[in-house]
Formats: sequence, C-alpha cells, structure tokens
Amino acid sequence: MLRLNVNGKDVQVDDAADDTPLLWVLRDHLNLVGTKYGCGVAQCGACTIHLNGTPMRSCQMPASAAQGQKITTVEGLAKADGTLSALQKAWIDHDVAQCGYCQSGQLMSATALLKSNPKPTDADIDAAMAGNLCRCATYIRIRKAIHAAAGNLKAGAK
Amino acid sequence: MSNVPNNQYADDYMNTIMAMVDNKAAQDAAAQAPVAQSLDRRSFLKLTGMAGGGLVLAFHVGDKNVAMANVDTSAAFAPNAYVRISKDNVITLFAKNPEIGQGVKTALPMIIAEELDADWATVRAEQSAVSAAYGQQMAGGSRSVPSNWDTLRKAGATARAMLVSAAAKKWNVPEGELTTDKSFVIHAGSKKRASYGDLAELAATLPVPADASVTLKKREQYKLLGARITGVDNKQIVTGQPLFGIDQKLPGMLYAAYEKCPAHGGKVKSANIDEIKMLPGVKDCFIVDGTAAATTGYPGIAIIATSTWAAFKAKRNLRVEWDETNAAKDSWAQFTGQARELGKQQGAEKVKETGNVDEAFTKAAKTVEGFYTYPFVSHSPLEPMNCTAWYRDGSIEFWSPTQMPTAALPLVAAAAGVPQDKVKINQTRVGGGFGRRLMNDYMCEVAMIAKRVNAPVKLTYTREDDMTHDFYRPGGFHSFKGAIDANGKISAWQDHFITFASGGRPVSGGAMQGTEMPGPFVPNFRLTQTKLNLGQPTGPWRAPGSNSFAFVTQCFIHELAVAAGRDHRDVLLEMCGEPRQLTAAEGGLHTGRAAAVIKLATEKAGWGRKMPEGRGLGLAFYYSHAGHFAEVAEVSVDKNKKVTLHKVVVAGDVGKIVNMSGAENQSQGCVIDGFSTMMGLEIGFENGRVVQNNFHQYPLLRINNAPIVETHFIESDFSPTGIGEPALPPLIPAVANAIFAATGVRVRTLPLTREGYTV
Repeated sequence: MLRLNVNGKDVQVDDAADDTPLLWVLRDHLNLVGTKYGCGVAQCGACTIHLNGTPMRSCQMPASAAQGQKITTVEGLAKADGTLSALQKAWIDHDVAQCGYCQSGQLMSATALLKSNPKPTDADIDAAMAGNLCRCATYIRIRKAIHAAAGNLKAGAK
Repeated sequence: MSNVPNNQYADDYMNTIMAMVDNKAAQDAAAQAPVAQSLDRRSFLKLTGMAGGGLVLAFHVGDKNVAMANVDTSAAFAPNAYVRISKDNVITLFAKNPEIGQGVKTALPMIIAEELDADWATVRAEQSAVSAAYGQQMAGGSRSVPSNWDTLRKAGATARAMLVSAAAKKWNVPEGELTTDKSFVIHAGSKKRASYGDLAELAATLPVPADASVTLKKREQYKLLGARITGVDNKQIVTGQPLFGIDQKLPGMLYAAYEKCPAHGGKVKSANIDEIKMLPGVKDCFIVDGTAAATTGYPGIAIIATSTWAAFKAKRNLRVEWDETNAAKDSWAQFTGQARELGKQQGAEKVKETGNVDEAFTKAAKTVEGFYTYPFVSHSPLEPMNCTAWYRDGSIEFWSPTQMPTAALPLVAAAAGVPQDKVKINQTRVGGGFGRRLMNDYMCEVAMIAKRVNAPVKLTYTREDDMTHDFYRPGGFHSFKGAIDANGKISAWQDHFITFASGGRPVSGGAMQGTEMPGPFVPNFRLTQTKLNLGQPTGPWRAPGSNSFAFVTQCFIHELAVAAGRDHRDVLLEMCGEPRQLTAAEGGLHTGRAAAVIKLATEKAGWGRKMPEGRGLGLAFYYSHAGHFAEVAEVSVDKNKKVTLHKVVVAGDVGKIVNMSGAENQSQGCVIDGFSTMMGLEIGFENGRVVQNNFHQYPLLRINNAPIVETHFIESDFSPTGIGEPALPPLIPAVANAIFAATGVRVRTLPLTREGYTV
C-alpha cells in the first residue's frame, strides 16, 4: 500500500505494485492524467511533476520513493477556487499549445523556473526548459509566455 | 523480401485528397482569368480580389438524404449537423475533423460563427461525432479548411437566415430591416433585440432554406475570421484535464500492451505465454493472428493487465520466437551503397521528359552534378499510439486519437468481425499526428484484442513500440545533372531519382512527378527513376514527398544559380515569369503568387545585405498543399561545424487566414520541425529491424536551438487553403543554401549530423 500526498491531499493506493513509477500511479490509479507518458526514459519531460517544489521526471521515480513528500502535478497549479496561475494564463493568452500533449510538463518546468528565477532571460529559459520536448515545436511561444508571466515581456521577448 | 501492397491504401487515399485541394486552387484561379498580365504585387492582389469559383461538394448543408446517425439533435434549434442553439442561448458549433494540433477544433467553428454572427466568447466548440452526416472526416493533406470552407459558411449563414426569419415573424417586420450581432437579432427601427436562444424554438419550426438562397458575407464584413483566437481547449490543456486518447478511462477498463516482430511482417512462432500469465497484474496473454499488412495490424502477442505499468513490465519479460520468413530484411547501409552505384547511370524508368536534354548538355556553357541523400524518418508524435475499445453484444465502440476516423470504419469492422453499422468511433483530442495517425493499425489491433476481453480495454504503445513500428517517411537519393547556357539560364535539368517500391509501385512519399519547380519551367527536362524493393512500411509524413523533394530541387537550383554567377532570387523570379496559373498536371502553382512570396520573404529578410564571415542567408520556395511559401534562413556555422539558425523569415500565401494565431503557430512549428529533422533525425534499419527506439537516439530539436521565426502572410482573395504543412518543405533547402552561403560548402546529405554538423 502506498501513502502519497498529491496536490495537498493525502491519498492511499492499494493496488499498485511497489516498483510502479509515480507517473503510472498518478495516471492509472489516481486518475490524474494531466501528467503524460512520452518516452519512459526521462528524455522528453512530458511526465514532469514537482517533488517538494523541485521538478522531477515521474516516469523514473518509483511511487514508493515519493511517500512522505509533497507531490504537485499540473492539476495542482491553479488555486483551489480555480484561479489559474500567471503561467497558465499566459499559456492561454499566447495560445502556446498546438497538440498540447507536452504542455503540462512544460508548465511544471516553467513554474519551477519562475520560482527560483522570477525574471529569467532567454538564456535562462532555454537552460531550464531544454529537458522538455515539444514535437509540435511551440518553443517560441513557450519563451514568450514565460516572459509574459514574469512580467518582463518587453525586456526580452521575441 | 516481403511486399506490403496494402500500405498503399493510404497513398491512394492521400493522392485523391491532394488532387481535390490542388484542383480547387486551380478552379479559383481559372475563375479570375484576367490575372495573366504583367503585374506588380499590389495590382496582383487587387486583381485576385475577383476570385470566385467553388468546390463541388458531395454533401450540402440541409441535404435531407444524408443520414443523421450519431448526431445529437436534442437542442431547441438544430438546422444542420454543425449548429446547435439551446433556449438559454448556448451555441454549440461542431468541428467535424480531428484536432491533432493543427487547430481545426478552433478554426472550423470560427468559420461557422462568422457567418452565424455568433458571439465567439460564449460559443462552445466541440468535436463532432463520427457520422455520415459530416461526409469524410479526417485530418490530412492540410485539407480541413479548404474542403469545408463552403459547407461551414453555408451552415452558419443558413442558421442565421432562419433566426432572422423567426424574428421577422415574431415582430412582424420585413427581414430586410433586421441585422445580427453577437448572437442577437436586432431591429433598429423599434430597438427590439432577441437572443438566438429566444428565437431558437420558433426558428426550428421554419423550413431550411435552399443553399442558393442563402447570402454569404463579403470578406470586408468579417469580424472574427483573421483575428488571433486562442485554442478552444487551452484551458483544459493547462489544467491537465482528460482530453487525449491516452487519458480515456471507462469503468472496469483493462490495459493492453502489444508485442510485434521487430522485423516488420514477422509472425509469432512461439512465446512464453503461460509464464506471462502468472505475472502480477496480468489478466491474460494471447497470440493475435493479425494480418499480412501493417495497415490492418500485424500479428503479435497481447498482454492484458490491470494497469499500463503491469502490462509494460510483463511485456519486458516476453520471450518470443518469431517466424521471419516473410518479414522485412532491409538494410539502409546496403541501400545507400546500391544507390551510389545506380546514380552513375540513367534510371530504369522514364517519369517525365521534355525538350532535348542530351543536346542541351552538349551545348551547355557549364554543367553541374550533385548526388543528394535523405534518410527515412519517424513521425514520433509525443502521444504514443493508443486506443480504447469496448466490444460487447456484437458491437464495438472506440475512443480513438485518429487522424482518419471515417476511413477507420471499414478497417476496424473487419478487424472486429462485425458489420460496419455496429461500429462507433468517438474522436478524442490527438497528441500530435504528422501523418502517423492516418494509419489506423493500432485501432485494428485493439479491435482484435477487445474481442477477446470481456471489458473495455486500452491499448498503449511504449515509445519503443511507437518508434520501431511506424510508417516511415521514405529515404531517397537523387543524382542530378544540370546545364547552364551562354545567357546564364538553366537550359537542362536531369534527375535520376532512386526511390523505394512495394508491390512494384513507389512507396508512400516516394513518387515524384517532375512537376516541382523547376520541372515546368526548364526547356529540357528529364526525370528517371529506379526503384529499390522495400519491406518497411511507409506513410505520409507532414507534407509528404514535398518535405524531401523541396530539399533536393531547391538546393540544386541554387547550385546552378551559383555556377551561373547569378543571384538565387533573380533566378527564381525569372523562372516564375508572367503571373499565370499552372494546371494541376503542371504542378498547380500560380507563378504570380510564387513571385509575390519570394519578393516578400527576401525583402523582409534583407536579402543581399553583407554578412559577417561564417554567416549567410539562404532562400527557397516551395508550393505544396495549395500553399505558396518562400523562406529565408539566416545561419552561421563555426569552425567546429556547429550550426546556429538565427532567424527564419517566412512569406506565405494560403489565401484568407482563418485564425491568425493558429496560422502563425503552424508556421513556427513547420520551420522548427523542418530544422529538427534535417539536422539530426534518421531511422536506420538492419536485417529489417529499426535501429533507433527512443528519443536518446532520435534527437528532436530542443528549445535552446529554436530560431526566431518571422511570418508574413499575403492574404490574397483566393479561397483559404491549409496551413499545417506547406511552410515546412522550403525550410530545409533554405537552411542548406544558407550553410553554403556561410561556408562555401555544399551539403547534400541529411541529416547533417552525418556530415559532422551539430546544433
């Protein structure tokens, strides 16, 4: 049995094998499908979640290792009353998504970036976001939306 | 070696679709014949304002003979399959084609909303059911907008006309005194206003007017079309809601994995099925006989489990003996060796020949030769192939991220062994298509599996399954020879295309007609081909054919321009000549539209400016999917052959833009997809087995290598055409030509990592 804390709630999972990656526990057992499977080998970043605020690849982490820690998924980015985060709003305002499949992972990486670096440059963004593939290549808009959410759109946007 | 002739079903299908789109552009152009005069861009645009014409549609709005099966008609007012208006003024507009990231779930309802004069802020855009009421439902060939443009405008205008009639009746005023705005009918004289919802029940009692009696807006009346509109699913995407195929969950659902022979087309001889059945979480394991064709599902072993992880983990423990008698045995290394030898001679078959090529070579002032190579590539959408199916009581229902739902119906009916009227397909959002999901092999596989599972079942491919069982963009080889006459003009062009064949015919994306530039413009032209037999399945990959042919033709034109000592832009514009519409048999491009985008791209990019050492500008033009696109790439290359793509200027003409935000997003995506692919992507195979199996071996471009992309659209008055593909093909030669400009070194082999370049 697993005891996890996901998006501020304590949950219990009875029917997952111990070695099940956190990704699949979230998706198949907890019905939190915002976290995506893309490669299973930490190459694409679609499965990015936060563990105690730090971005991690949930496809590589056994769920049992996440016990006793705070897990945040894309479903936990908005406030409880539904108010979207500045990044979520910017993602909508700048129409970032094409297919949209990678975007929850992108948002988790971007959220961690702004927490540690509230005014990132293009170079900071590229360094922080290079672990997240977007097959549709929405990279230009990802940069722009991060700048917008950081309030420095005029400073470095392109 | 095995042949997989059934793979060509998709080729035939795609060819029909391309022809429809291209013919429509030609029809539009023919309807405004006076264009064939010498024109500058401004007057050209003015003249094209007279464009008319229209596609003959198999299905018209209001056609009473079309079955409305699966279509929800419960709203107060449902004048056709696309529009629903409830009494409380909720307006639901349906996107009939799958949303694969190309933006149609937003763009198609926008077209309806414009003519309906609906308030976009309150419109609900929904994916429609799969039903005969919608005709062909698919996402491919950049076709969704052009082939639905007339139908959807009429759908919106018809509904609006009926609401206006209802208001006229209610208020007893002439229809001519009524206007509409933001989901209201307004009578200015009496200052009366009624919402569409208030009028819905009355409108529903009125006869649906004939198409011919419905007036469509003129372009200058548009309020919504051309605006930047954010995608209708964006809020759900950023909050992680279940939208995609892989997100589907049904009560009691089980999870499946499917193992196929690593050499395409192999069959199961034996496997440790009893051991697998004993593993934790595994409910069943069985052999699926499958079919001989990749498109309808190869044989394999299904594992049914209580979670995706349990199924994936059990799959790793499978030990299978395969019967590879009829499996693919291809080797890329062997093909490239063969092609180099073959390239020294003429092709085995003549595809197209005009003028006297041999004589032109004898008389030439200069001749140039070049041998070009490009590899097989994979689609690799980030959402791996998956599909959920539920077989019960002789019926089967699917929740599928497919690009081609209508075409799936007969295939999955056959796979499940049920009549087609016992099949229901629900469209989910699709996590990337790029052509991969035009094939419904994974739907056929889950159909065969679901029949043996007494519960809903979701089949998910691992990334490794997805990359090693794709329908690849075929590689190819071109042995070129060109001649320049004493006036510096290209006087002869010879291309021996070494391509791949299955069942005696060139594979999908491997057939060249010689209609690409410079084919229609060079007096002495020869295209021959030699076919190498292929066992790997192939399929359309974003701008099929064009994505390869643009590279080789637009680079070799540049080679000839350089040899002639002439400016590349001048050579292209000279080729275009007077503005005129070429016939579909001639390739279908409009030389005036081509010249206009070449001029615009070069002007915006500062073509001709002096560049620092190691930095250069490259140009290319390509016409595909009825879209005219010219691109200028600014590239620098350092002494370690590290390539930096600084900026790309895109100039495109796809007629009227429906959603400017979506169009610019597609342009950016096409550019970066093209750059990603040319720099580092290739699929190799040995003994029929694909070598690469995950992203560590298939390095898609990352954000730190993404260039600036500046897009300019010429919104000519031609009917709108699609934007998901045509901006991709010219990017590859534009970058290759820029590398030459920067370094003086000609690159003729893709991916460029093969020649030592890096990003």
